[in-house]
Amino acid sequence: MGRSLSSLDLLEAESIHILREAAAQFERPALLFSGGKDSICMVHLARKAFFPAAFPFPLLHIDTGHNFPEALEFRDALVRESGARLLVRLVQASIDRGTAREEAGKFPSRNAIQAVTLLEAIEELRLDCCLGGGRRDEEKARAKERVFSVRNEFGEWDPKLQRPELWSNYNGRVHPGENVRVFPLSNWTELDVWMYIQREGIAVPSLYFTHKRQVIRRDGQLFPISEFVRIDPGDEVEERSVRFRTVGDMTCTAAVESNAQDLDDIIRENLSSGITERGARLDDRRSETAMEDRKRSGYF
Amino acid sequence: MELLRFLTCGSVDDGKSTLIGRLLYDTQAIQADQLEALERSREHSGEERVNLALLTDGLRAEREQGITIDVAYKYFSTPRRKFIIADTPGHVQYTRNMVTGASTAHLALLLLDARSGIVEQTRRHAYIAALLGIRHLVLCVNKMDLVDYSESEFQTIRQQFAAVSEALGLPDVLAIPIVAVDGENIASRSSRMPWYQGPALLEHLETVELQDEESLKAARLPVQYVLRPQSAEYRDYRAFAGRIAGGAFRPGDAVVVLPAGIASTVESVDFSGSELAEARAPQSIALRLADDIDAGRGAMIAEAARPPVVSQEFQARICWMSEQRLVPGSRFLLQHTTRRVRAVVRSIDSTVDLHALRDGPGSEELRLNDLGAVTIRCSEPLCFDAYAENRRTGSFILIDERSNNTEAAGMIVEGL
Repeated sequence: MGRSLSSLDLLEAESIHILREAAAQFERPALLFSGGKDSICMVHLARKAFFPAAFPFPLLHIDTGHNFPEALEFRDALVRESGARLLVRLVQASIDRGTAREEAGKFPSRNAIQAVTLLEAIEELRLDCCLGGGRRDEEKARAKERVFSVRNEFGEWDPKLQRPELWSNYNGRVHPGENVRVFPLSNWTELDVWMYIQREGIAVPSLYFTHKRQVIRRDGQLFPISEFVRIDPGDEVEERSVRFRTVGDMTCTAAVESNAQDLDDIIRENLSSGITERGARLDDRRSETAMEDRKRSGYF
Repeated sequence: MELLRFLTCGSVDDGKSTLIGRLLYDTQAIQADQLEALERSREHSGEERVNLALLTDGLRAEREQGITIDVAYKYFSTPRRKFIIADTPGHVQYTRNMVTGASTAHLALLLLDARSGIVEQTRRHAYIAALLGIRHLVLCVNKMDLVDYSESEFQTIRQQFAAVSEALGLPDVLAIPIVAVDGENIASRSSRMPWYQGPALLEHLETVELQDEESLKAARLPVQYVLRPQSAEYRDYRAFAGRIAGGAFRPGDAVVVLPAGIASTVESVDFSGSELAEARAPQSIALRLADDIDAGRGAMIAEAARPPVVSQEFQARICWMSEQRLVPGSRFLLQHTTRRVRAVVRSIDSTVDLHALRDGPGSEELRLNDLGAVTIRCSEPLCFDAYAENRRTGSFILIDERSNNTEAAGMIVEGL
């Protein structure tokens, strides 16, 4: 008998198990797709898990309207190529309806009100399970979250009421109106994701590789210039060679200076980087428990 | 690269979170922005030095109370191995969380305070580690600085613990004297305790032998999902998808599909468009069988020569995890591998005496965090192995049908 399976093989086997459990235990699951590397990895894993059948759930994109154009192009190409079913729900529609309100200030972000649109989509589509690309290495509140994370009808996460999660026995039973956020990539690290993308030859949006872009400095971080950023007199707009480690909303995702041209470079950079991926998410720097507070109010 | 999953346990304030913080710090798993955040916390609170425990105590209530409430999972790697840590709480009322962390771990780090030595929680946690089938245990005798790095204090604790580990039948125990807060004997050997000749903690974690025992066990595949593509290309394709729970499968293997008991042969081991020569635990694959068998989620495909036990009634050890007490006659949903059946707890046959480290008399109830042996009867037969033989096919959870909560962790002892 050979040696132990490699860590990537173990993570892959575990994630496929989780995806299949979600498909089997829930009536109406959906995979939350943002166009970022984690959700792209999930789509790849889902295809492997159910091959040669199609994976039995749609992709759901909660579109803030502040996306990077490259991420949307990539999303549409992936949907065409994989034959997946894509559902899109717009944050703008929630704002127009009056259920969500735009943040004020110089750097408004739609990250938090994304949760409003997500909860509306869950209710409308009667979803009992949302597969998310969250990883426990991202943030210390995430590190406490179960693979099957039960949310009440308001989408709230209560860390004190989590179900014990034993062996690989996932309990997805919920009452009507409740739903479960399922995180197949819980045990992956950012580096694992990149090494897997490289091993499997998975395509990712060009934003992850270095390119020239107009940026503005804010809190010591480089912000992409877009129509959503207000430029005031005195603001200095510079052109830099940057890339993104995480692809969220244009209004809350900072770029990093980098020369990474390919996956080898990204992995090398990752190994020697001094800051976490979430260090580039401004919303997490708002308070010590920013992520926990957002998750308590329905954020995935 | 190999992956080692371990948990930390021990009584509250013995320094578990600090030890993890130290391991992460010494393996460069803490990034500059996280250190900055710690430094901001330190300045804000006016403390003298950075509190490494804040790296793991991430919840608001944990920070407010300065304790760990829930299991946190942390990740680090060295050039030799990757590690997943389950950081479990020390408070008695959160024992269920230690069981949770232990259920997926290969190794346990059991911390104790050198000043107080072996306490009730040490025995409790050693017992749980043994009960959950953890083969490797490291007794971390922490705060050695507070006993003047005394070899004799350490040896006394080590010898006292030898009696515990012998009583529990723990196969591999190593005791290490450490100072978590200063990193003594964590990443490298301490010059303050030259009398200690063993490995530093990290060195042991990197080299402890990970036996590939799962693949030597009898072959088991709990069926998770049946793959039946509707496409023209795969019109007649039908495969049983699942995660191998023990042993290995190869084309040509004689198998039996349970609980129906139908014999067949593995035609192919499929994974994402490839046919594999062999797949073994814990790989997720799909099996096609030579015969057209009516089986779905919850069936088990097993090695014909070494089938599992098939029984409606069995004895099991359980850890009771609910505020509601368990009394004989209580009914549940029992989730075992990919099956969910109705079950009744017929009797509580014994409760664990954590002082004597042996089974005590039967009881009329189990309360939160109690450990006991029970007899369970199910509405339909289960296909299982003893937990001592196979952690995946020998374990189950009990779910309350009204609240949907997971109320107990169960380990099957034997079929009745």
